[in-house]
Amino acid sequence: MAEIRNFTLNFGPQHPAAHGVLRLILEMDGEMIVRADPHIGLLHRGTEKLAETKHYVQSLPYMDRLDYVSMMCNEHAYVMAAEKLLQLEVPIRAQYIRVMFDEITRILNHLLWIGAHALDVGAMTMFIYAFREREDLMDCYEAVSGARLHAAYYRPGGVYRDLPDTMPRFEGESKWHSADEIQALNGNRDGSLLDFIEDFTNRFPGYVDEYETLLTDNRIWKQRLVDVGVMSPERALQMGLTGPMLRGSGIEWDLRKKQPYEVYDRLDFDIPVGTNGDSYDRYLVRMEEMRQSNRIIKQCIEWLRHNPGPVMAENHKVTPPSRLQMKEDMEALIHHFKLASEGFMVPEGEAYAAVEHPKGEFGIYFLSDGANKPYRMKIRAPGFAHLAAMDEMVRGHMLADVVTVIGTQDIVFGEIDR
Amino acid sequence: MFDAIENWMQGFGWLPDGLITFSVIMLKIVLLLAPLMTAVAYLTYAERKVIGMMQVRLGPNRVGLFGYRIWGLGQPLADAVKLMFKEIIVPSGANKGLFLFAPVLAMAPALAAWAVVPFGSEMVIADVNASLLYVLALTSIGVYGIIIAGWASNSKYPFISAMRAAAQIVSYEIAMGFALVGVILAAGSLNLGQIVAGQEGGILSWYWLPLLPLFVIYFISGVAETNRAPFDVAEGESEIVAGFHVEYSGMPFAVFFLAEYANMILISLLAALMFLGGWLSPFQGVPVLGDTFLGQDSILWLFAKTSIFLFLYLWFRATFPRYRYDQIMRLGWKVFIPITIVWLLVVALMVLAGWL
Repeated sequence: MAEIRNFTLNFGPQHPAAHGVLRLILEMDGEMIVRADPHIGLLHRGTEKLAETKHYVQSLPYMDRLDYVSMMCNEHAYVMAAEKLLQLEVPIRAQYIRVMFDEITRILNHLLWIGAHALDVGAMTMFIYAFREREDLMDCYEAVSGARLHAAYYRPGGVYRDLPDTMPRFEGESKWHSADEIQALNGNRDGSLLDFIEDFTNRFPGYVDEYETLLTDNRIWKQRLVDVGVMSPERALQMGLTGPMLRGSGIEWDLRKKQPYEVYDRLDFDIPVGTNGDSYDRYLVRMEEMRQSNRIIKQCIEWLRHNPGPVMAENHKVTPPSRLQMKEDMEALIHHFKLASEGFMVPEGEAYAAVEHPKGEFGIYFLSDGANKPYRMKIRAPGFAHLAAMDEMVRGHMLADVVTVIGTQDIVFGEIDR
Repeated sequence: MFDAIENWMQGFGWLPDGLITFSVIMLKIVLLLAPLMTAVAYLTYAERKVIGMMQVRLGPNRVGLFGYRIWGLGQPLADAVKLMFKEIIVPSGANKGLFLFAPVLAMAPALAAWAVVPFGSEMVIADVNASLLYVLALTSIGVYGIIIAGWASNSKYPFISAMRAAAQIVSYEIAMGFALVGVILAAGSLNLGQIVAGQEGGILSWYWLPLLPLFVIYFISGVAETNRAPFDVAEGESEIVAGFHVEYSGMPFAVFFLAEYANMILISLLAALMFLGGWLSPFQGVPVLGDTFLGQDSILWLFAKTSIFLFLYLWFRATFPRYRYDQIMRLGWKVFIPITIVWLLVVALMVLAGWL
């Protein structure tokens, strides 16, 4: 008697909904999934090993490329861990800037998440609308660091430089764009970066309302998302889920409130928590998180407007001196030389720092042996635990639900494979 | 006009009568198919433009003709040429004959159904008394093309998608059939020309009003029949990446594509004929405007009404998420069929009471 095997489908690495390179072997009984086996490692780039051969500031850009849709949050965890090792105090203005950009990053991530999730489930238009808002936020990234996506902006000790007073403007009147059109486009770029971000925060709740109108009460959306990928609270804790995956199941755990870092304890915001633990609750949680992030950004802008100050720690054994000082002062020159050639020495010890990344708890662990390079850097990626829970979440559902679950877990392969 | 041509050909004397009739019929077919194929090609262009506009972007606007951009109107032509020159890859292990025959099976019924579609009270290629039955039968044959395409591709994704598509189309055939039975009851005839004639008398005597649930269900079933969003599990794009036509390339792929769009136009036109009065003017009987040129029946009214439905097709695609397969089945069997059956009884009562 021949052995009857289940129908296996290779939801292969090249697939529009596989969110990167996910090789998911699905064993199916008709349309029902009996077992889902994720094969990862197709995007492994050896980040942790590379970090052992580069000094702390040199590995910072690798952090951007881990979860490549929420860049500055990754950098934040890295920089916080380095500062813990160095026992370094970060100036208060730098902390506010970091928090503001973290929340901008959270909005960036959730916009891409809703665009990709809706696209996978079938509503193509959401993708375009979400990217339209992302354009404005990437312009903020560009103004402050020079790069739209992978801004290596945070440094151990603070941030690279203060917020600019002018925004880059559109130019180039041509036969397709009249001067009036360009002036209208430049409307919110007349002031400083803070004016631009403030204009964005004023428009953004309207956009989130648009998205909610399109999806939240849509019966097709609800039919696709309700009761798909349910995780009970106990099981979510056991599997190590964090972030919206955990909050969607009803557990109020948010590092910004429970283990506050930077200036989150001074800011006023709420944490949305779901009830059923299904994909629809997680969708609602993330939509509300976008609104709360908007609120936090507004408060940060208020504070930053009224409180100028330094944005880098003054300890030049760690942070580089300004170019002017370097050209005039001998000690500054020596500091600059040592920092540029071999970087700063970090005392022996180990440190772990975690941030409330848009996907969950993103942590960096350093083990230092006194050198200028870490002996070991370990990255705790939230997506890794979420993908491990995929098998459980998808069992008993249909093929179309696999796509929904991948979307609701907000999988990005950069951080899973590192 | 065709009588004049026939007389002119008979004037030659040496042409046999059969040949004359045959050539006149061929002429009529060409006069129907040439604009139809153009319309199908430009429907793809319209889709990209309309969906683009809904997504806050322009659609294709670069590809023109002879060096002029003319708003991208040369795009369908460029697509056609590209698809013609692409290599036709037959996957190893696929049944070559069936693989290449399946697109034909999908396209042939889509085109053959146009033989009985009237465009005016005298403008129809074949004025058959059972024309609605003929159309229904032909759209059902279109399923075979999909099933054979999926099976002959010898690959898992097309196979799943073909099974899904087959079940989906067959289920929505029933709902569509019942909706059409309602129209037949109201009109008292299967002939499409007489169905339109039965709607004379202004916008309130068109069949959309008494048969409103059937109208809605007919159109939604039509969307499901042609595998368009939100019912496009068969060509899922994000799940089963192009479904039953994933292994096709070049001209066979183009034929599937054209068959789908030809079906879309057919269903829109039928909806306009059966529920919105076809070529009848909405201003018929209206005091002032009804006497002007606006009150005239004309093929342009038919085209305008068809365009409304085509726009709805495109609007649905841009807006709605996709239904899951079991939800589609549930909708077809548990929601649409009961509603149609109940409304059929209501229509029967209306006919008995003399209101229709």
